[in-house]
Amino acid sequence: MSDATAGATAAERADRRRTLLEEAVLPPLVALAIALVVGDLLILTFGQSPGAVFAMLLEGTWANAYGFGQVLYKATSLTFTGLAFAIGARAGLFNIGAESQLAAGGFAAAVAGLALGGAPAILAVPVCIAAAAVGGGAVGAVPGVLKARFGASEVIVTIMLNFVVLALLNYVIAAHLHVPETLHTPEIAAGVPRLADLSDAFRGSAANAILLLALAAAAAAWWYLFRTRPGFELRAVGLQPDAAEYGGVDVGRVWVRAMALSGAVAGLGGLNYVLGYKHYYEEGFAAGSGFLGVAVALVGRNHPLGIVIAALLFATLSQGGLAVNALVPKQMVEVLQAVVILAVVTSVPEVRRVLRAALRPAAKPAKAAA
Amino acid sequence: MPVTQPPAIRLAGVRKTFGPVVANRDASLEVAAGEIHALVGENGAGKSTLMRVLAGMYGPDAGTVQVAPQGAGALRDVTGWTTAEAIAAGVGMVHQHFMLVPTLTVAENVVLGQELTKGLQLDRARAEAEVRALSQKTGLQVAADRPVSELSVGEAQRVEILKVLYRGARILILDEPTAVLSPPEVRELWTVLRGLAAQGGTVVLITHKLDEVVDISDTITVMRAGTTVERIRTADTTPQAIARAMVGRDVALALDVMGAGDELHAERVERRAASVEGGAVAEAAPARGRDSTLDARRSALEVTGLTVAGARRPNEVDGVSFSVAPGEILGIAGVEGNGQTELLEALAGLARPTAGRIALAGADVTALGVRARADAGLSHIPEDRHRRGLVLDWSIADNLVLGLQHRFSAGARLDGRRIDENARRLVREFDIRPADPSLPARALSGGNQQKIVIAREMTGRDYHVLLAAQPTRGVDVGAIEFIHDQLRRARAAGKAIVLVSADLAEILALADRVAVMYRGRFATVLPRREASAERLGPYMTGAAGAEPAA
Repeated sequence: MSDATAGATAAERADRRRTLLEEAVLPPLVALAIALVVGDLLILTFGQSPGAVFAMLLEGTWANAYGFGQVLYKATSLTFTGLAFAIGARAGLFNIGAESQLAAGGFAAAVAGLALGGAPAILAVPVCIAAAAVGGGAVGAVPGVLKARFGASEVIVTIMLNFVVLALLNYVIAAHLHVPETLHTPEIAAGVPRLADLSDAFRGSAANAILLLALAAAAAAWWYLFRTRPGFELRAVGLQPDAAEYGGVDVGRVWVRAMALSGAVAGLGGLNYVLGYKHYYEEGFAAGSGFLGVAVALVGRNHPLGIVIAALLFATLSQGGLAVNALVPKQMVEVLQAVVILAVVTSVPEVRRVLRAALRPAAKPAKAAA
Repeated sequence: MPVTQPPAIRLAGVRKTFGPVVANRDASLEVAAGEIHALVGENGAGKSTLMRVLAGMYGPDAGTVQVAPQGAGALRDVTGWTTAEAIAAGVGMVHQHFMLVPTLTVAENVVLGQELTKGLQLDRARAEAEVRALSQKTGLQVAADRPVSELSVGEAQRVEILKVLYRGARILILDEPTAVLSPPEVRELWTVLRGLAAQGGTVVLITHKLDEVVDISDTITVMRAGTTVERIRTADTTPQAIARAMVGRDVALALDVMGAGDELHAERVERRAASVEGGAVAEAAPARGRDSTLDARRSALEVTGLTVAGARRPNEVDGVSFSVAPGEILGIAGVEGNGQTELLEALAGLARPTAGRIALAGADVTALGVRARADAGLSHIPEDRHRRGLVLDWSIADNLVLGLQHRFSAGARLDGRRIDENARRLVREFDIRPADPSLPARALSGGNQQKIVIAREMTGRDYHVLLAAQPTRGVDVGAIEFIHDQLRRARAAGKAIVLVSADLAEILALADRVAVMYRGRFATVLPRREASAERLGPYMTGAAGAEPAA
């Protein structure tokens, strides 16, 4: 009997490894491979050598400290917005409002920083972080409450809230908080160390310690979703709300909680700019990273580890587009991003089938032995 | 008269397997042109599979399918044809589950796939006119211009039949058409089918309800365990003989409550009948919807005046009162859609009653939610395990703690080790197969899925009351036996059980008291020894009703 138990555990472990491989690691890799092939063809149509262009892309991103720093900076924001989308998606909610939730988080952090004045960093930084989470979370909670109370579609509400919130923030900045002749608030005293402080090689790159917060958020999101009771209930609501209700879960409350959490994580993304880079809130600083987070989560299959990898991938492409601009238009890289998304959506199920078939014979003998 | 007709359908030696499951073996069927033929058998006897082979949805592994095109003339071998070919040859099937687009009108649904066009536009007026004409001709009354979403279940079914007839079907196959119909709707359907047969159409009707078979069919083919065992003319047989042919199983089940094999239980039933019902004298006259004689302190579940508002009727559950004692199974019989689902959902806390009171072991739980009621000792085997009872994409292990997650966590953290241990133990105890707790529930057979639900609900908490809704629906025969055994054991252990089943035989086999639900009320409540299919039938169809509540 102990043999059978051990066998089941081994099988379970193998199964978990396979699930991780299938859900988190594989999709970005497959997407990358397909993007490379399509990228080759695209580059050829511009009369350039794919080898040269990709070499240049790598050189401009991962091969030098500044480029790498920029990739990390972009990946940081995308990790937050990707996680934000994934938390909603795991609860069955389509949160397309990360753009304004991120902006609201950044705005709240900037306001908190201004209010704190010259308070010591040990106090100011945590307060700014909390403010960002609360700001983003408040914007995220609104569609959750409207859905739970009135059945309003969170898709519509989050889209419309993007306009409302961004316009409102811009108004507040323009009317009350901007530095004359600019579209941003005064600088705040609080800040976190930049990578450039560690090594001169990173000079000029925006990468900063919020990167660590992003990794911590990914780890926390994983733990929350897959190891806690509220996460269990959230995933039940996402897969089968009727079964969750039967299991004693208050579905409406989970919607509100998931949207608030999603918004809070997106809001933390605003710190990357406000606390880590420029130290002020500026109109339009989100620059589409909220929307790109949807793609990141999609490619990362709503799994925190996959999202970190996918965020690096999209950040690389986006920074690489600037690097290769001399040879091919940088829009080519935007096409590649779209190809990555399409590749994940269309090819991953197929790849998963092949992989499963390949792994099956390997798993069988272990079970037979038990 | 029908016997002299040439055959319109002849299936011989049909075998169909799905993986290890043999759905049909050596099944044969002969249907004469212009007759109404009933294909009867228990759940899982292979009736639907055989008809899907006939309609071209499945190719048989062995055997031949012959059909007379347009239901007349010489038979032609059509083994392994496609649904498109079957439709072209005038063979149409009406499925148990409707396949209609709710936002489109009746006419649009009927012509879908063969739309009439005027230039590039849909010729809606002509479509409506044609559908109206067909509706007139066949007696399938339904407004052609109404959206399907506004129709009742019976009307939606008429649209399904119209759809098949519109495509020129002369051989009509109906899969369990009455499962969702009220008695008047069933009568209308019979009229329509008789009309079709009179106009030369051929009808094959899948059912497991004997009264229907006798009512409507000319000829009967009985299926058992995948094969056809008997072909009888309806006029030459009786319901009892059909039941015997369908297999002693139903009969045996219905008998074993009273049978010598279970004397202990029979004794218990009688003792309760004497002690609980407050003197048999008061009950000597047939009990009619009155059941307040149980001592409140002794009842595990007490329901008073429960009313649940509904979409189709003013009240899906209309002032129902009853109580269940520890160690008792109250069976609720009735045609589906008479409020049984809503009643159980309200008891479980999934639906809010508009009036009434629910007490568990004397404590009022009406205001409590699902989890609080469960913690107060209420377990629930839900009617629809795919929608409610399981998260299909989750592992067996995770499903075994659904609704118990707060008992398997320390603070906010789930206790993975205990969840795994729990899964390994229950998989072994309940023989859930395959015995790998990490498999998703979706990968299991219906019987094994139901075992997950039963294992969880019957061991996961210290319950006093068990709500069991259609516990053996879509479950293989071996699992049915297992589930019935579990319910009997729970009763022996002093649990109060409310059993809702569309299968009267199941109710009669398990229940100590039988209530019949009709239009949201208990039409009658009888002790088991006074209940029989003949006695309960009129209450199920509304022919016999409840006295106005005193």
